[in-house]
Amino acid sequence: MCLGIPGQIVEITDAARMMARADVSGVKREVSLACVADGGPDALVGRWVLIHVGFAMAVIDEAEAAATLEALQHLGEAQETLAQMAEGERALS
Amino acid sequence: MRFVEEFRDPALAKALIAGIDATATAIGATKDNPVRIMEICGGHTHAIFRYGLDRLVHEGIEFIHGPGCPVCVLPMARVDEAVQIAEQPGVIFTSFGDAMRVPGTKKSLLQAKAEGADIRTVYSPLDALELARRNPEREVVFFGLGFETTTPSTALTIQQAAREGMKNFTIFCNHITVPPPIRALLDDPDMLLDGFIGPGHVSMVIGIHAYDFIARDYGKPIVVAGFEPTDLLQSVLMVLRQIEEGRAEVENQYARVVPELGNPVSLAAIADVYEERPSFAWRGLGEIDLSGLRIREKYALYDAEARFGIGYGAARAREVAEPEGTECAAVMTGKIKPTGCPMFGTQCTPETPLGALMVSSEGACAAYWQYGGRRAPEAAE
Ligand code: SF4
Repeated sequence: MCLGIPGQIVEITDAARMMARADVSGVKREVSLACVADGGPDALVGRWVLIHVGFAMAVIDEAEAAATLEALQHLGEAQETLAQMAEGERALS
Repeated sequence: MRFVEEFRDPALAKALIAGIDATATAIGATKDNPVRIMEICGGHTHAIFRYGLDRLVHEGIEFIHGPGCPVCVLPMARVDEAVQIAEQPGVIFTSFGDAMRVPGTKKSLLQAKAEGADIRTVYSPLDALELARRNPEREVVFFGLGFETTTPSTALTIQQAAREGMKNFTIFCNHITVPPPIRALLDDPDMLLDGFIGPGHVSMVIGIHAYDFIARDYGKPIVVAGFEPTDLLQSVLMVLRQIEEGRAEVENQYARVVPELGNPVSLAAIADVYEERPSFAWRGLGEIDLSGLRIREKYALYDAEARFGIGYGAARAREVAEPEGTECAAVMTGKIKPTGCPMFGTQCTPETPLGALMVSSEGACAAYWQYGGRRAPEAAE
């Protein structure tokens, strides 16, 4: 829960609430852009962000995203985060 | 140097290791008289073990594992209170997965769930809020845990709940802050530290000036670091260079992610929703002044402490002893290595953790255990 995971913003789902869909290693997940959307959420579509427990906390470039993801995969943290996202989905049903 | 080859940039890693070697030698660091560098963040502890960095660098460098694993420092009394809330009729209790196995005095959340409490693992406090929207007749509680990396998420979720006028959503707040325990460790006369590796993602939120006191008041270098092995090696080198040159400064190795002043939206949300508690208990470290956060009066409707009459004083009054024979406090403060605890690997394993340091992959004991095979004598590899 302490390390963020990179994801790419795919589309804005609720501009008023600053919510967007992100692609995190192939998994689609709703995230909040409230902390990074100072120029309005639309400008973030296609950009990479570092996501912490459902909140984008920093905009990063693609190379940084790839390097971070690789480090997280080595640590097993990427897999764990994806498992937690899936568990979050299940908890809602 | 067999593991360097799996790094993203082996040539850079080798150059950094050589630089560390030269600088450590220049300042006279030896195995018996090492330079002691504390990595504050549990994510860094995990990475150091995963990549075997402690073995790759000069033998005069000793890594001391800091208190930066939020589930490891969660007091048992607070786990008991979480269980108490979760077992109330009508409650859906939600938590990050990391906290499920942390032992309380009687049981963990996982055991309470097995006994029938409706406890669900979620990825985000936003999942808990959505659960509350979908179950208006139920009381949904989120176990708010973590340092400044997760604090903005619960603050923003409470603000959202307030905007929607939700009536069935509360947070059981146990958020803690990084700087106060560092000050406590620096004030501990038994704690001899020469420098710090600062947490990357916490600093992304709070910026780097939160550590100014480490350099200014205590004369110790601190370098905020990323999570790739070369980030950590570079940060160790930066700490050593400061020592060599007689400097004590806050440096930012991870500037590509960490802005000097942090994340303004996050900081504003934290300030709006939370205030400092006079003190908060840390497992293994005791009560530390101004180290925990509570929900401000204006958001009392979203405060599980208020909703369930839990408060905080009760946790202190019921201050509980750690299980007999465990050495969590000594490991937590870097005084002994996990293998120095008689329970390590015998009674205490990740499947049956006695202490919280064995629960999360960011805890020092779990990291030692998980990568134990790689730490065996070379001949075994
Ligand atoms: S091995 Fe278990 S009991 Fe011993 S210090 Fe580590 S977590 Fe605590």
